Amino acid sequence: MRPAAGKTATLFKDTPLALDGGAMLSPVTVGYETYGTLNGARSNAILICHALTGDQYVASDHPITGKPGWWERIVGPGKLIDTDRYFVICSNVLGSCLGTTGPWEENPATGKPWGTDFPVITIRDMVRVQAALLDHLNVESLMAVIGGSMGGMQVLEWIATYPDRLHAAVMLATAARHTAQNIAFHEVGRQAIMADPNWQDGRYYDTGARPEKGLAVARMTAHITYLSEDALTAKFGRNLQGREAVSFGFDADFQVESYLRHQGSTFVDRFDANSYLYVTRALDYLDIAGRHGGRLSDAFKGASHVRCCVISFTSDWLYPTIENKRIVHALNAAGVPVSFAEIEAAHGHDSFLLDVPEMDHMLKGFIAAAARTRGLTGGTGA
Amino acid sequence: MTIRKDLQLIADLVPANARVLDVGCGDGELLDYLVNERGIDGRGIELSQKGVNECVSRGLFVVQGDADNDLEEYPDQSFDLVILSRTLQAVHRPREVLLDLLRIGRQAIVTIPNFAQWKVRADLLFRGRMPVTKSMPQTWYNTDNIHFCTILDLFDLAESEGLKVRSFVPHMRNGRRLDMGPKLANLMAEQALFLLEK
Repeated sequence: MRPAAGKTATLFKDTPLALDGGAMLSPVTVGYETYGTLNGARSNAILICHALTGDQYVASDHPITGKPGWWERIVGPGKLIDTDRYFVICSNVLGSCLGTTGPWEENPATGKPWGTDFPVITIRDMVRVQAALLDHLNVESLMAVIGGSMGGMQVLEWIATYPDRLHAAVMLATAARHTAQNIAFHEVGRQAIMADPNWQDGRYYDTGARPEKGLAVARMTAHITYLSEDALTAKFGRNLQGREAVSFGFDADFQVESYLRHQGSTFVDRFDANSYLYVTRALDYLDIAGRHGGRLSDAFKGASHVRCCVISFTSDWLYPTIENKRIVHALNAAGVPVSFAEIEAAHGHDSFLLDVPEMDHMLKGFIAAAARTRGLTGGTGA
Repeated sequence: MTIRKDLQLIADLVPANARVLDVGCGDGELLDYLVNERGIDGRGIELSQKGVNECVSRGLFVVQGDADNDLEEYPDQSFDLVILSRTLQAVHRPREVLLDLLRIGRQAIVTIPNFAQWKVRADLLFRGRMPVTKSMPQTWYNTDNIHFCTILDLFDLAESEGLKVRSFVPHMRNGRRLDMGPKLANLMAEQALFLLEK
């Protein structure tokens, strides 16, 4: 399998990880990155949770693509999440494919890749692995846990499952459950992968041919949901790609088509098709209220000390404001202190990854107040 | 820490240890004072992104929203006191908002600009134009205020809805209290504060 560039930890060696689906996993390997230094009081740790196809390289170059970290704009020395002040941790989620146990990794029982024998996992399972990683890093409690999209779902599971280990929590463009529309889009992606003849019921690892076409189509579909109609229109309109007139054929006549094809083809270089099946499935199963008799606020009963911040974006139709507000109401009803804003942004769901000054202002103010109330003094090295 | 005089009038009526919701909390001046000077458990609702950001950087907890649309999402009796400062005249359904305040909170503090103050009356009487005063500085076509009322009007509404006026503080824009009853205050006061209870 592809080794993770960076740090790895092997967890659950003695006590297996009991998954929501009933299966046991042992051991579990986690690929992760850290930035900055844990202070003497071990009070300055921030866990950042990545989105669906994200990874642990939040603030350092991606080992495969060579591109800068996915939130390097926000995380780094002197930046909004200042790694001179905070100890930032980001790990590759369970089921993914950059150093953490998943379908691409070796099944200890067979010595071969798990493929679809890998047990189905949930967002809460991912969070259990993160909690064990914190134990491994000797971090008992977090100053903050922060995440957008699927990362925000992990934050919710943190609040529901390990509130005592949290001081503050930030959720961006997320939801506490997957809607029928969310599941529908994911199912299209999964079916595209499974329809690729190279997929072979998930046993493609030793054939040398991977279901790249299916995975690329899955990525293309998903990518549309990350943008907005306005963003697509502004960027591409009906502009033609490298030609004066339409070809009356099925080449990528339009710029938007070649853009999507490019998104799909570069994605297959850095992501595994089976991992895509498992991680999207974990999102579909998310229904935190469902575990609590339909009352989301019951999930947050133990978290009245956790300072929360929820941010949604006006043009996000994947996890729209109403889903984010559901979280806010539930936190409020559970007596959890929460701030919320719907921020004006044109770029759809992906806005949380982009340069949105109003988001930065709110994050900055929230993190500063969280540090203050955590007893962290200003300046570097605090 | 000193705050705007009219906000101080409100703060003076907030009991220790109360759970307070400030609806339309702006940049959080009052909330900051209540939370950080008085140790009150306070939350806010504010429409503007600028206000929300300001509040969050003060370490306050504020949800973006407005009185017309977001109060119904708060559970019954989830606060001891709900504050609506100089906002009632700007909401679409003032009666429903007022009742919502007293559903969410045991008590409500409502402050209003007084449309019956003599300067306002004189403007309308002698100039024949919609008044523009220091308390109500916008012209009729761009004002946020859509449901003006007077001190006596609010007394009437409270009575018709069976609400009790526990405190009534007529005052000027600078926070100077006017020691007079509702009828005279209706003529003299620029603003008034009502502490209401069901």
